[in-house]
Amino acid sequence: MRDITKERSENGRPVLRRFHQARWDEPIIFELHAPGERGIMVSRPEEGIREAAGDVLAGLPQGMRRENPPALPEIAQPRVLRHYLRLSQENLGADLNVDVGQGTCTMKYSPKVNDQLAASPKVAALHPLQPRETVQGMLEVIYRFEEILKEISGMDRFTFQPAAGSQAIWVNASIIRAFHAARGEGEQRQEMITTIFSHPSNAACAQTAGFKIITLYPDQDGYPDLEALKAAVGPRTAGIMMTNPEDTGIFNPKVTEFTRLVHEAGGLCSYDQANANGILGITRAREAGFDLCHFNLHKTFSTPHGCGGPGAGVCGVREDLAKFLPVPVVEFDGESYWLNHDLPLSIGKVRSFHGVAPVILKAYAWCRSLGARGLKEAAEVAVLNNNYLMKKMLRIKGCSAPFAPGRPRIEQVRYSWEKLFEETGVHSEELGLRAADYGVHYWTSHHPFIVPEPCTLEPTESYSKAELDEYLAIIEQVAREAYSDPELVKTAPHNSTVHTIDHEPLDDPKQWATTWRAYRRKVAGEGG
Amino acid sequence: MSQDKPFIHPYIPNSAPGVKAEMLKECGVESVDEFFSDVPEELRLRGELQLPPPLPSEESLRRHLERILAKNRTCRENLSFLGGGCYQHQVPAVCDEINRRSEFLTAYAGEPYDDHGRFQALFETASLMGELLEMEMVNVPTYDGFQAAATAIRMAARMTGRPKALVARTVNPDKLSKIRDYALGAVEIMTIGFEGRTGELDLAELKKGLDQDTAAVYLDNPSFLGTIEGRGREIAEAAHRAGAEMVVGVDPTSLGVLTPPVRYGADIVCGDLQPLGMHLNFGGGQAGFIATRDEERYVMEYPSRLFGLAPTRVEGEYGFGDVAWERTSFALREKGREWVGTASALWGITAGVYLALMGPKGMAELGEGILQRSRYLALKLNQLAGVRAPALKGASFKEFVVDFRETGRRVAEINAELLERGIFGGLSLSPLFPELENCALYCVTEVHTQADLDGLAEALKEILG
Repeated sequence: MRDITKERSENGRPVLRRFHQARWDEPIIFELHAPGERGIMVSRPEEGIREAAGDVLAGLPQGMRRENPPALPEIAQPRVLRHYLRLSQENLGADLNVDVGQGTCTMKYSPKVNDQLAASPKVAALHPLQPRETVQGMLEVIYRFEEILKEISGMDRFTFQPAAGSQAIWVNASIIRAFHAARGEGEQRQEMITTIFSHPSNAACAQTAGFKIITLYPDQDGYPDLEALKAAVGPRTAGIMMTNPEDTGIFNPKVTEFTRLVHEAGGLCSYDQANANGILGITRAREAGFDLCHFNLHKTFSTPHGCGGPGAGVCGVREDLAKFLPVPVVEFDGESYWLNHDLPLSIGKVRSFHGVAPVILKAYAWCRSLGARGLKEAAEVAVLNNNYLMKKMLRIKGCSAPFAPGRPRIEQVRYSWEKLFEETGVHSEELGLRAADYGVHYWTSHHPFIVPEPCTLEPTESYSKAELDEYLAIIEQVAREAYSDPELVKTAPHNSTVHTIDHEPLDDPKQWATTWRAYRRKVAGEGG
Repeated sequence: MSQDKPFIHPYIPNSAPGVKAEMLKECGVESVDEFFSDVPEELRLRGELQLPPPLPSEESLRRHLERILAKNRTCRENLSFLGGGCYQHQVPAVCDEINRRSEFLTAYAGEPYDDHGRFQALFETASLMGELLEMEMVNVPTYDGFQAAATAIRMAARMTGRPKALVARTVNPDKLSKIRDYALGAVEIMTIGFEGRTGELDLAELKKGLDQDTAAVYLDNPSFLGTIEGRGREIAEAAHRAGAEMVVGVDPTSLGVLTPPVRYGADIVCGDLQPLGMHLNFGGGQAGFIATRDEERYVMEYPSRLFGLAPTRVEGEYGFGDVAWERTSFALREKGREWVGTASALWGITAGVYLALMGPKGMAELGEGILQRSRYLALKLNQLAGVRAPALKGASFKEFVVDFRETGRRVAEINAELLERGIFGGLSLSPLFPELENCALYCVTEVHTQADLDGLAEALKEILG
């Protein structure tokens, strides 16, 4: 008899999986319509109510009674369930793949126990406007978590309201705007500085808040350019919004020079710590001279990314900026927790109610599970994993890590396949689509592509050495294929749910369709 | 690494000393400290963070959190009449089943190949909302209804090149606060009052405010006070005559029975998806939608992701992708429209599941049942001495104003006594609307039974004497 276990490994290297993603060829939900079926029943009011209320529809203002029912499909419950379960199988969650390919996003393990705790009716069935004595538990979680975040960052006050990282960046931009306005310098200080390897939202949110954006590019050594900053700062400077380590994984060693120069010019310094995973317990916003910072709880603090939210972005500020925070903030008077709405210089509300409570709770639970040493261990192992991955990635033909050559990286690396492209004609994006054939995700970079043919890998602390080796084996295989059979790579994916998508209609106003309704009219040619 | 004794935690596979040593060796370094050589010494934290001790076992963590959460008293343990933008509705079990699936819960930003399911599900949500709203262009959800309203106003300002928006004062005051912060420096926000008797928009004031600088008229229908604006067409016509966009915020649960805003002239429609399958979550279940006609001048002003249906190289295969990507901040940084980022996708998927389950009949029954129950409760409360309900005489949906002025009791006192009876009374409006001094906003949905409504009336009767 054959020993099939021997056929599964080769020189101790992991064998590439013969992956194939689920392909259900699932119809669009409207195509499941079967007249008369019901997916869920709605409680009917009792007879006493119906009789007393009378014909409520007749009582609606003229023209406000819907004439035609919405053309929603009618589908029985198990069919709806099957449809969405099939779609879920056609989605590659981080729980299933070695998700180190989504750099900048910290795809770490999201503990299941935290999901269970947050799903408790003690959170799920809580209305945000309940009397304060009935929500003491939730307020206590927020208050305790604020104490932890103050220690991690060195900041003095936090708001939990922003629903995600970019909204937190918005809050910091809005506070900077309010700070200068309160000093009578709002008209004068209209320039916001950022770096090209900070998340695009630093530029975009500040622009939305009315600032003119000045973007710094790296110096010859690949670090943020101090000379460029010196040339940029002045009486018009409102502040700087930057990340560190940058998206390249390079830590800016002159960061205190940056904050000092901006302060000397009268500006404020805002630290995008969406991804702080490599520096928890290593270094803090306060010591680097920042006035404001933010963390993404769905990145560094482990909460699941939910296909793109809900997340949470928490903003921390120095004491003298606390008066500008969104209201309310959570206070403790020694006996009970309460919501303080009385911040006269507050920028107001940025998101409804108190932010994304289940996410806040999950992130608090993650911190409590790990404690101080665990947070630092997470950071150190994330950085070890990253440098290990880099060491091996750079051995793959055609791969390089531009900027700061030979220097270590913190939590991620932005690699370049420029050489591979020159030698094979295969783009980085195409390598990523071929990697999908082996069951992993792979991302390039934010735009613009300063690093040519980029890819950004961030292994976090959540993957074992064997898993990192597996990922490396996949990338190595894909790169090898680019040299030996470029067409195979350029026509990928082959084992995915769908094949190469024709993108042209998506940019053509005559053809694009974001709804079934639009598709039927514009493409299928049915009457509107 | 920090200390000699290894720290092993179930979330961190490579903490095991053997593998760690092997990886350090592979990297050619003695210690992980060498990776931080770019972090200046003066920035290195000395010693450990001062945090509470760890709770590494699941049991200890559960204990800790369950003890804290036990202090909460929920809307299932009590009878709640709170609304104000977050609503207690039936949450179908299938909604939770889908949004707890690892494949959706833990995915993020995959390509339309490895994440086909997410693209299709969100396309379907947009499509189902498109039918509810009778509009062809719907976004991938933004943070919440507040953000959707604020963005809709800025979209209108960009489209018209005009600097001012007129906003009904009957919107949620917190939403107005959000809009003001978001519009500051870009769009001047002027509020338009309401008719004291009906809660409808003050048309004379609106017409006075409309001019060539007006980019948008914004109102919620139903309003924050629950009233249904019956003169939408007149408002839209006035806005359009002045060259302004008509923007309407709508509660999607009303659309089984109420006319979709596009039918009375709305150009941009927005709102919150929370009532469509999301739990209350202490306000954490919000997700914002924005919808318009499928015209390029609207589409190019959306900051959001827009997922479109597209063919693949295989016949009959549905593919998806981003529509008009070159308008987003992902593509253009500060030259994009506002910004885009992580928002509320999982709740977006859930809302699609909800609408697929409900179908047209479910939505119609939901709407009618809410109208009946709220009407019933208003009639009941109106019989109590000194209580006027509904205090505003226009038609209302889901929420209505109850006036306690003639009772001689303060809303705060009444609510405190209701709380003793396990009832969360309506939201006090005194701090929010000076003209509704000592009034409260009561919310009724399909979760309320006749016994619940009668119970509230009985309790109030006792309290008011």
